[in-house]
Amino acid sequence: MTTKPDLTAAEIAKAVAGGQLSALDATEAALARIKQHDGVLNSFTDVTAERARARARAIDADIAAGKTVGPLAGVPFAVKNLFDVAGLTTRAGSKINRDCAPAKRDATLIERMEAAGAVLVGALNMGEYAYDFTGENVHDGPSRNPHDTTRMSGGSSGGSGSAVGGALVPIALGSDTNGSIRVPSSFCGTFGLKPTYGRLSRARSFPFVASLDHLGPFARSVTDLALAYDAMQGPDVDDAACTTTRGLEPTVPLLANPVSDLRIAIAGGHFQNNLFPEAVEAVSRVAKALGATQILDIPEASRARAAAYVITTTEGASLHLDRLRKRPNDFDPAVRDRLIAGAMVPAPMVDRAQKFRRWYRAQLAEIFKSVDVLLAPATPCTAPKLGQVTFKLDGVELPVRANIGIHTQPISFIGLPVVAVPVPLEPLPIGVQIITAPWREDIALRVAYALERMGVVATPSPRGL
Amino acid sequence: MAEPLDDYIDAVAQALALPIEEAWRPAIRANLEVSLRLARLVDDFALPDETEPAPVFTA
Repeated sequence: MTTKPDLTAAEIAKAVAGGQLSALDATEAALARIKQHDGVLNSFTDVTAERARARARAIDADIAAGKTVGPLAGVPFAVKNLFDVAGLTTRAGSKINRDCAPAKRDATLIERMEAAGAVLVGALNMGEYAYDFTGENVHDGPSRNPHDTTRMSGGSSGGSGSAVGGALVPIALGSDTNGSIRVPSSFCGTFGLKPTYGRLSRARSFPFVASLDHLGPFARSVTDLALAYDAMQGPDVDDAACTTTRGLEPTVPLLANPVSDLRIAIAGGHFQNNLFPEAVEAVSRVAKALGATQILDIPEASRARAAAYVITTTEGASLHLDRLRKRPNDFDPAVRDRLIAGAMVPAPMVDRAQKFRRWYRAQLAEIFKSVDVLLAPATPCTAPKLGQVTFKLDGVELPVRANIGIHTQPISFIGLPVVAVPVPLEPLPIGVQIITAPWREDIALRVAYALERMGVVATPSPRGL
Repeated sequence: MAEPLDDYIDAVAQALALPIEEAWRPAIRANLEVSLRLARLVDDFALPDETEPAPVFTA
């Protein structure tokens, strides 16, 4: 069996388990693609080739011995470089953390992916300390968009979007505090899942904003996204925010269930402002395919975005305060100056943002009594040019960085699960958010699967390679 | 001419023992202006006194 680049994780795992493809061949094929294309994409910061080969050989040995292998047997994957990988230094996109000792143990989610048979092939580029929506990095250079390498991958999980969108690996893991899975998914044309806050363990990953941080997968198909998500679920005492009340809730068996019974609405107000025509077109295509016509205003979503900004900048500043004192010149200056400013926001304003968060959560809980799904743009535009500082919207010049995440922030602010689905527009793809009530990842994935079956959403073949 | 936020930036930087080079000041000031504008937007929203913050401690 050949290992063409767009082979899905599900196809690889089936072929490996069935003996038509060895895990080692699947791994070597991914390593070869990384070698061939990553000089351009710059999505990887570390390639763990020897570890990957050893892991793949162990899977092949298990199969030869007649042992049962997991649902991701032989599937190559990679992780944003804020995940601990035993033996590697967790750089979190920074220069400063390169001086830390190598990690002693893998992040929980890596352990769970490997327990399901997946093979870690490396760590991925990201924006410094995850405070980024562009995928640019002053220390490592930008990860590039696989559909046009002069454009942004999106951030902060830029390498994750670039590596999956570029078909170097079928699955990558990233983090999302304000949109850092959904933005690169949108720009790179991949599927991305930001689960409910507290659903997946963050143990042994470098934090950014403890009260907003989530981890999740990127993939080139909905089935692959669900396979990875299912493999990573479960409580974990090493993450204080990880749920102890929800059991395993597998989604793969539910993907093909009909969506005709679901009440689906389009998010209005804030989510229909500041959009380029391509974002409007993407939401429209998805809504039309699902028969959704109701537009539902989300009260105070702009204020929710503001509150998320305040919590982010202040908690981020608190995390990095000592590094700002001791090594300010080793930060990306743009990140440093944002964090210093964050340290100066008065405490009552942060407390009020956290109180507003509870109020806003109650409003959305009310909305989810009458609908099951909300549709919203993932980004206001397709991928901007690398280094682009402003874009013109309705004749008004706006800063790119500050506006990329305006439609993702009000959602992660209250931890709602979202699947970002890629609408393959020409010349560049763009994402739409499928948003559900807390703990209903199954519904978001089901809707994404239905859209994929209808041909409305798909990961395009990388056009820039 | 000193900008309105400059005295505040100097005072907080001193209180937090944060070193600030003069060249960084315009960007820090610009970022702080954005943060405070957005914080005021949240501040303007009236909430009942009984409202709990989103994270609730459990013993």
